[in-house]
Amino acid sequence: MAGAIWVHGETAPDGSLAKISTEVATLGRALADASRRDLVGVVVAAEPTVAANELAAYVPRVLAVTEPATTDHAAGTIVGQRLAALIERDAPSFVIAGAGPEGRDVAGVVSALTGWGVLVNATGVRWEDGPVVEMSVFGGKLNTTSRFTGDHGIVTVRPNVVTAEAAGAAGKVEPTEAPGELSLPQVPIVDRVAAATTAAPIEEARIIVAGGRGVGGPDGFGVVEELAQELGGAVGATRAAVDAGWIPYAQQIGQTGKIVKPALYLALGISGAIQHKVGMQTAETIVAVNRDPDAPIAEFADVVVIGDLFEVAPALLAALRDRAG
Amino acid sequence: MRIVVLVKPVPDTASGGERLRPDDKRLDRAATPAVVNANDEYALEAALKLTEAHGGEVALVSMAGATAPETMRKALAMGAASGTLVTDEPLGGSDTVSTTRVLAAALRGQEYDLVLAGADTSDGGAGVVPAGVATLLALPYLSYAAKIEPDPAAGKVRVHRISPTGYDVLEAPMPALVVATQALGEPRYPSLKGIMAARSKTIDTKSLADVGDVGGGDGAPDGVGGAAATTAVLGAEAPPPRAATRVIREPADEAARQVVAFLAERRII
Repeated sequence: MAGAIWVHGETAPDGSLAKISTEVATLGRALADASRRDLVGVVVAAEPTVAANELAAYVPRVLAVTEPATTDHAAGTIVGQRLAALIERDAPSFVIAGAGPEGRDVAGVVSALTGWGVLVNATGVRWEDGPVVEMSVFGGKLNTTSRFTGDHGIVTVRPNVVTAEAAGAAGKVEPTEAPGELSLPQVPIVDRVAAATTAAPIEEARIIVAGGRGVGGPDGFGVVEELAQELGGAVGATRAAVDAGWIPYAQQIGQTGKIVKPALYLALGISGAIQHKVGMQTAETIVAVNRDPDAPIAEFADVVVIGDLFEVAPALLAALRDRAG
Repeated sequence: MRIVVLVKPVPDTASGGERLRPDDKRLDRAATPAVVNANDEYALEAALKLTEAHGGEVALVSMAGATAPETMRKALAMGAASGTLVTDEPLGGSDTVSTTRVLAAALRGQEYDLVLAGADTSDGGAGVVPAGVATLLALPYLSYAAKIEPDPAAGKVRVHRISPTGYDVLEAPMPALVVATQALGEPRYPSLKGIMAARSKTIDTKSLADVGDVGGGDGAPDGVGGAAATTAVLGAEAPPPRAATRVIREPADEAARQVVAFLAERRII
């Protein structure tokens, strides 16, 4: 039988399964169905049980590897080595992972150890004698389709590309040990520091309310945050707002920040320069509030309100609250 | 300290002219002006600040086309002391596996306390090469750094790695590979003096043969460059245009009402 399709089950800081992995697993199932191949999830963590059980809702079989070293060491290199060892043992054909920082680290290590190629940041994957991977490149100016030249490869998938959907029946979790030693240097985590803000992560948010230079200062983000809260979304920002120190880098969207694909992107005081556009233009719906009718964002938003954000944003907040009753 | 920064010339995003060559679907590097990849500039800035604080110098390592020295001069003008460029015809069309192997091989010939790399590139955007290079060289890998604190006397480096909930403080012996982020601070503009000085700085151009063994280590197949690529582009097209923008020029309350109605219509709220 042709080699299996593997899904990398990433764990969130609390030990549960990362949301991206539910999406990756759903995509993996579609590819396994189309190719009539086995589908296997793999979780490598200090305590993999919780995440492995969650992953089993999506895939028929989950390998759970207990790896104590990830408790107090940077996980990417360790998880990558274990995954590469299991790949050598079980000989799957393809591995699918999330395209976030953790997935990238793991994909980089596995690729280096196996020599397998990587198709990154997939915005869609279908099966035609192998995974055919769509990606958005050059900041969204082109959509490419690519494939592997051989029978193996690693695909990383962007958040919000697939809607997670559990399988009809739960799969089974198999505790297993990855063969071999961890030969690469382990990097100790000497301290874990929680961010001062408890801002929701933007990569996986369904709704993002973002502020740019037009917000005017850190206080200006107050209304951005209120709107995000009312909409159940996360707060994003442009590089200008981050560079000015108004909001942490973790919230930055764009070329040197994060690339997001929410259902709604509400842009307040954001001109829509190319460096920002590349991070958010694949949002399903873009609504902008800007004083300047000639701002670039007015060319690609679905709706643009021409006006002062400090008048429009509070009015929006009031209208949303009215509607919520 | 000696710090090597991995740099890549990429098409200038602002030029808007990026495209693939119709025949082989490779990036048409002649179609757009090249700039230093923005994330690599953060790595370079961080490296320059570290050598200013602790002494030492910064060297660049790049794998790119033959015109790369022109772009690398911009990084030298910022303050890097020298550069190494691996360029060779067969490397055209390299995938991330090849790039990883070639950069690792080029680094084997260098002395350094730290290797700094940008989080990803604005052209391919893979972000998997730094982890791969660290893996092949068995270097401690410290990714997504918001702060880098070397202790040259103790031979150690501490890094604040951005985590989903804040940051983790990582510590490793040097040499180590650190992935830089924008949180490290704005890249400087080259001074006129820097630009003049860059003209006489050395860029050591190496062929594939010069860098030596580019095998992937035990058990991995050999071979780099376009002919050995593990991935192939089948096609490229412009994304479908977004629908026409609806412009609302009403007073705030009415504008807000219309936006909320629109969001409800799209079942977003």
